Amino acid sequence: MSDPILELKNVRTHFAVHRGFGRMRAAGFVKAVDGVSLVVERGEVLGLVGESGCGKSTLARTILQLVPATEGTIVLEGRNLTAASAPEVTAARRRLQMVFQDPYASLNPRMTVFAALAEPMLVHRVCAPAAVPAQVAELMQRVGLAPRLLQKYPHEFSGGQRQRIAVARALALRPTIIVADEPVSALDVSVQAQILNLLSQLVREMNLTLIFIAHDLSVVKHISDRVAVMYLGKIVELGRATDVIERPRHPYTQALVSAIPRTDPDAERFRQRIVLAGDPPSPLHPPAGCAFHPRCPFAQEKCRLAVPALAPLADSREVACIRVEEI
Amino acid sequence: MPLLAVNGLRTFFHTRDGILRAVDGVSFTVERGATLGIVGESGSGKSVTCYSLMGLVPQSPGRIESGSAVFDGIDLLHCPPRTARSIYGKRIAMIFQDPMTSLNPYLRIGDQLIEPLLIHEQISTSAARARGRAMLEAVGIPEAGARMDRYPHEFSGGMRQRVMIAMALITRPELLIADEPTTALDVTVQAQILELIKRFQRELGMAVIFITHDLAVVSGLCDRVLVMYAGRVVEAANVRTIFQQPRHPYTRALQRAIPATQPKGAELYTIPGLPLDLSQPFLGCPFAPRCEFAVDRCRREEPRLQEVAPDQSSACLRAQAGEI
Repeated sequence: MSDPILELKNVRTHFAVHRGFGRMRAAGFVKAVDGVSLVVERGEVLGLVGESGCGKSTLARTILQLVPATEGTIVLEGRNLTAASAPEVTAARRRLQMVFQDPYASLNPRMTVFAALAEPMLVHRVCAPAAVPAQVAELMQRVGLAPRLLQKYPHEFSGGQRQRIAVARALALRPTIIVADEPVSALDVSVQAQILNLLSQLVREMNLTLIFIAHDLSVVKHISDRVAVMYLGKIVELGRATDVIERPRHPYTQALVSAIPRTDPDAERFRQRIVLAGDPPSPLHPPAGCAFHPRCPFAQEKCRLAVPALAPLADSREVACIRVEEI
Repeated sequence: MPLLAVNGLRTFFHTRDGILRAVDGVSFTVERGATLGIVGESGSGKSVTCYSLMGLVPQSPGRIESGSAVFDGIDLLHCPPRTARSIYGKRIAMIFQDPMTSLNPYLRIGDQLIEPLLIHEQISTSAARARGRAMLEAVGIPEAGARMDRYPHEFSGGMRQRVMIAMALITRPELLIADEPTTALDVTVQAQILELIKRFQRELGMAVIFITHDLAVVSGLCDRVLVMYAGRVVEAANVRTIFQQPRHPYTRALQRAIPATQPKGAELYTIPGLPLDLSQPFLGCPFAPRCEFAVDRCRREEPRLQEVAPDQSSACLRAQAGEI
């Protein structure tokens, strides 16, 4: 039973790069997101992983229409957002909310928590103005903060509490999808655990769909139902979280998984780690063919020729590697 | 004799809001060639401990109140500044978390790289540059000769961290202090940097103090681990023991909070409450307000780090009494 809530078809987000001052012609394009197709089911947690510069944050921003897609369609609950008018996009934003990485930068320091949480409700007329204070208090409780803290300013809170406020603000409009961009990367381990617990509890209780972006694979595996691995603007592997992270098939996912430090000192000492050579290539000049081939231990001549498409394997997983059956 | 013996180190910051006891009685030793991990969350005092050793604590508001740090017979905290300067950057080197802010953006990589050689060794500039180039090659930077004349912004984050490592190791130090060197890097680059540090440690036989908040990074790299909380060492043991039989409630809580150690989807353990405000005086164990095992005694009596098993110390009264 498939109930898609969000469908991306061949989404591309390119940024023009201008060389020199005042030149109007683009010197090139950064292909931050380059042909992503993805179906998100209602109520699932989709993890999106990849290294810095792979385009995962740009993809999130494109989904929210914070940056325009260069090409492709984004369909939210049957409505095409890329072709929608401005009021339609505004209406869709109620259904689609975001939590950002840095809880220090994403809250206005001059607004009290109450003002920050009430603003979206008033803008979108979620309820009668008189009902707003009660709604805000309920939100605070939902994210585990005492309503008496409402008149305080962001600087009076710890990092973990601020991230709770950011989550509350995302929930203020009762969205169906939340996109969380590295929501725990800036937090200490013990606080990270609190926010992860809160997010999984909210997904369960409010029947939310969560797109969870992170670079920490163990965190993503913990919280996600499915995982998409991105490399240089493309999804290279997509499947159930346990499959992808315990038995990765794409050589890049394999390297990524092997790079996670384990918490078992004995296993760690005798393990053969795949250490990738070099840095990820620049999205301004992506390599020809498979973008991963210059760093791939299995690359052959044919990998340079064509861009591999995401192809389904037996266990409801998709991999973009032409040698996947051989390795 | 250990290479470095730190004893009763206290570093306080005298601020307008009171005295912040950032490091409050830390003792440890590092043997030649060994790797010590210092683990803790933000504000636990792990970085200030190492900054104190390196003379990097800003004097006013910071002050080293007491303690000693004896490196190969010389007390770094009480020796003449000249003596200390001949050790820093030569026999003890340090690398930092953020390679962007710790390289000088106005200087070419080559000039920064050979600076420690020119200061500490009788060497000509051309010989120093030759060693600099060899060092860049050794840390895996391609086209090292041409890269010597580049500026930091022309390097990626991983490359900059390699330059930092090359700069730290160019004088063949006996002790390397690494303050979260991989926190700002991607996992695949983190793996490269960790392998690099391990390789040089083998080749040069140097000791390493590795500061991190990530317990998992420690497991593959370190021989011994110190766990810090509220400016104190709460547990010290060899790495296997820390993971398999932790004897301080904080160490246990920290491990249970990591998703990697828990079954998928299970609710993660969270430590209730917030870390102590270190500028306020408190009685008893600093972890007691958040500890699930705390009893009345924990709130009255100050625990000291004591051996609870062979080669394992814990600063928990109840662990010392064998109750938990």
